[in-house]
Parts: sequence; C-alpha cells; structure tokens
Amino acid sequence: MSEAEIKNLEVQFDAKIARDEKIEPKDWMPEKYRKTHIRQISQHAHSEIVGMLPEGNWITRAPSLRRKVALLAKVQDEAGHGLYLYSACETLGITREQLYEDLHSGKAKYSSIFNYPTMTWADMGAIGWLVDGAAIINQVPLCSTSFGPYARAMVRVCKEESFHQRQGYEIMLSLCNGSEEQKEMAQDALNRWWWPSLMMLGPTDAASTHTEQSMKWKLKRKTNDELRQQFIDQTVPQAELLGLTIPDPDLKWNDEKGSYDFGEIDWDEFWQVVKGHGPMNKKRLDDRRNAWNNGAWVREAATAYAAKQKLKKEETAQAV
Amino acid sequence: MKPIKELNPQFLESTENKKHLIDYLLGVADNYLILGQRLGELCGHGPNLEPDIALTNISLDMLGQVRSFYQYIAQLRGDKSTEDDIAFLRKEREYKNVLLVEQPNTDFGYVIVRQFFFDVYNRMFLGALQQSADETLRALAFKGIKEASYHERFSGDWLKRLGDGTEESKTRVQQAVNDLWIYTDELFHTTNADDAMIAAGVAPDMLQLKEYYYEKVGELLSTATLEIPEVEYFQKGGKEGLHSEHMGYILTEMQYMQRAYPDSKW
Ligand SMILES: [Fe+2]
Ligand SMILES: [Fe+2]
Ligand SMILES: [Fe+2]
Repeated sequence: MSEAEIKNLEVQFDAKIARDEKIEPKDWMPEKYRKTHIRQISQHAHSEIVGMLPEGNWITRAPSLRRKVALLAKVQDEAGHGLYLYSACETLGITREQLYEDLHSGKAKYSSIFNYPTMTWADMGAIGWLVDGAAIINQVPLCSTSFGPYARAMVRVCKEESFHQRQGYEIMLSLCNGSEEQKEMAQDALNRWWWPSLMMLGPTDAASTHTEQSMKWKLKRKTNDELRQQFIDQTVPQAELLGLTIPDPDLKWNDEKGSYDFGEIDWDEFWQVVKGHGPMNKKRLDDRRNAWNNGAWVREAATAYAAKQKLKKEETAQAV
Repeated sequence: MKPIKELNPQFLESTENKKHLIDYLLGVADNYLILGQRLGELCGHGPNLEPDIALTNISLDMLGQVRSFYQYIAQLRGDKSTEDDIAFLRKEREYKNVLLVEQPNTDFGYVIVRQFFFDVYNRMFLGALQQSADETLRALAFKGIKEASYHERFSGDWLKRLGDGTEESKTRVQQAVNDLWIYTDELFHTTNADDAMIAAGVAPDMLQLKEYYYEKVGELLSTATLEIPEVEYFQKGGKEGLHSEHMGYILTEMQYMQRAYPDSKW
C-alpha cells in the first residue's frame, strides 16, 4: 500500500470512530491502534486475575458461610472478567499464552492496587467498596469505547463490578454496625486502602502520557484528575454514612467549585509500586507464575488427550 | 419421586430419633463443608482460567448444599443455633466428614481424583435420597442431583484427560488414585445414627450401592487407561470424628474469625 492509500484509510478510520461506529477485529486498523488496544485490554485482563489473589486470600477464613459463598462468587466473577478480556484481546491476533508470558516476565503491567496486602477481613469490604468503586469509574466510559469486543466485554464487566461494590459496602456497613473492635477494623482498612484507591485513577494529568490519542479512540472520556475528583465526591458521603473518617486532614468541601478539595497524593509511593517495589508485587507475580508453571502438565495432558481423541475419530470415520 | 416408606408423624417426637437424625445429617453435610473449603483454597491458583472457574463452581455448590443441611439441623435443634454455629463452632472430634474430603490439594491430579471418588458417590447418594421418608431431605436431594451429575461429568472428564494424556500426567494421576483409593471404602461405613435412619427409611442404604460404585469407578478408571489399585486395608474414622492430622489445620483456618471475635455479626 502506498503512503497516500494508508493516509486515506486512516482518515476513514478516524471518521468511523467519530461517527460512533464500532471497530471490529476484521476491520482495517492502524498498527498503533492495534498495539495500544492489546496493551490496554491485556493490562486490564491481568488486573482481573491478579486481583483474584488478595481477595482469594480470605476465602478460607471468611467469617460466615454467607460471606464465604459471596466472596468465592466474587473472586470467580473476576476470573470470568479475565476470560472475556483475554478473549477480546485475542481477536487482535495475539494468544492468551503470549499475554501470560508478558505478565510473568514483568513486561506487562496490571493495576498496582493489588500489590497491597489484605490483612484483615475488613479489607474484603474496603476492596469491594473502594477498589471496585474506582474500577467502575475508570470502566463505565469504556462501555462505549471504539473497539467492539472491548466495549461489549465492558458492559458485562461493569454490571458485575457494581454488584461487587454494593457487596463490599455492605460488608463495611455490617462492621460499622458491629462491636467497637469491628468498627476499628473497618476504619483501619479505610486508612490503608484510601490513598492507593485514589492512585488507581492514574497519575495526575500533568504526568500522564498519550491522553489525547486515547480520547480520540474513546479509550478515555475524562482525564485522570477528573475521574479522581468524581470518585472522591461520590465516596466521601458514603464514608460519612458509615461513620468512618477519610484519612486526609486536608479533605474539605469547596462550595465554590462544588466538590471536595483533598490532600497531596504520595506519588513517590505510586511510582515505587508501579515499578515493582510495592509490598506484594513479588508475591503476586510468584503466585501467578506458580499457578501457570504447576499447571503446565495439566494443560499438556488436555492437549495430548484432545489430539488422541481427534485421531480416533478420524480412524473410525475412515473405517466406515 | 415417591418415598419408599412413610415417616411416622411421631417419629421426631422421640429425642433419640431426633439426635440420630441430626448426627446423620452432620455426617452428610460435613463432607460438603470440608470439600467446599478445600476447593476454596484453590480459587485463583488453577492450571488455567476455565478449570479454575469450574472448581470454584463446585465449591460454591458444596457450600450451597451445606447451608441447606445446616439450616435444617438448626431447625431440628429448635434452639438459637445457626448454620454458622454448626459450621464454625464445633471441635475436631465433632465433625463427621469422611477422611477422603479432608485430603490436601497435593496437585491437580489429587484434586480431580478426590473429587471424582466423591462425586460418583454423591450422585448415587442424592439419587437414592430422593426417596427418603423425610420430606425436607427429598427436596434437598432433588435440588442437588443436577449439579451432582455435572460435578461427576467434570471430574470424570478430567480423569480421562489426565490418565490418557501424557506420560507425566498418567504417572501423576495414577499416584493420586493409589494414594486416595484407601479412603473410598469409608464412604459406605455407617454409624449407629446412620443405621437408625436407614431403618426408618430416612437414609438410603448405601451399602447396597457399594458394588455399583466400584463398578462405575472402575469403568472410568479403565477408560482413563489407569489401574485399579489392589489394597488390603482401607482407612476409616472420619465419620466417628477420628480425623487425619490435616483436620486441625483446616479448622484453624476456617474458624479463625469466629474464634477471634466470638458472638459477632458479619
Ligand atoms: Fe472485575
Ligand atoms: Fe475490573
Ligand atoms: Fe470486581
């Protein structure tokens, strides 16, 4: 293809997105669009399955049968999200195995929030409420993103995430209506998860790259700082309802701008964790690698068995 | 399905009958609890997403069953006890699950074999329980049978893949079969409470299905190109509360919150 022809395709491509039409896997797309989408969707898929680990950590210790069942179902939902997203990513011409390899080698990223430990049961509440809450704010705009398979996956994902968020809030509510000790447990969890949750909305606009391109492709609708503000404004009243204190002495309602002012985020901590030096980075990756490596013989067996079965079928067909 | 026997309406007025029924129900339900707990340990660590999701599903089904059984027990007790008291506040010797379900998740092969040995039994059991003289149990059996057949198909299919897969998978899964075989016989043991419930038509007499069980299991093992172990001695004791050393650790983890924060609502 000549450069002029490619230019022409790109113009049509941009126009299609501008008309709010979906890009499907078989459609022509600029290489950069494909690469960016593989990166973002796989990063999202990895976040779902790494995200199973901190909550999975409490399944065997959940304090009641009802909570155990709900937690198991939630963690299982995250596995399902991983599955839809890997499938969406595979339509762009990459395999799940390759994507895992990038995760295991540390080349691909996942959400940093999962590199914090879940110390107490209240963390199950705080994660549902805050982490799933921040995820929803990040993800709802993706339900109308330009790449069809991603947008459709996100519609299903977002429905379940809001259910998770309500479930998490409900765990917090039970704790806050419980004993003094339970309430302290809830406050402690909020103290530990608040700032990392704010960081989930991404680096501040000044420090964030490729926002303009992402806006054009509808991978982003609002800037990180706008999303963060939305999250804070939505969450502060919920904390008040629980009777919990947001661990930010600078948090104050600003009448003029109609939203909350808040304190400085510790971006050094953010970059430390993103670069792989958070409290649980090593453990999370080790767990993923171990699950994959220990499962190698199982996957090989399944492949070998399927091949044998296929051969048998062909032989019977020939004999007939 | 029709019950094989009608239950005498005065049956549960006898304290002894009631106690036997409760003990019998614990013997059934504790298997679901401990197996569900064991499977719960695996969530997020499966060999791939699909079997991870499927094993979590089975765990969820087990826990769903156990809640129904414990709720029934709580109702029979007629005191203030709840499903959670029954699940979390007993001592080691009071749990009546078979030894098979408390065996560890050594590797995926052990998980599948343990599951298959249990699933074949469980599907037969729920099939027979549909004719219980007890109405609640008939309903629970009816509710559980569909998922039990699904579990049996899942574990059976995997057993075939592992047995007739690669050299390595065959060696590994044969090892699991050999190690877990000694726990199958206990599934057919009966306690005094069980015997009383069988006599009353509340419990199916599983001993009559024992031969059929080993036939079914043997059939699948040979399709999976695996050998049926020949052993002289089987292990038993779980149903009488005599557990393996694993049990204490399972309970320590499972009961942690209830023990650390007594009388709390979650
Ligand atoms: Fe998710
Ligand atoms: Fe998500
Ligand atoms: Fe979620």
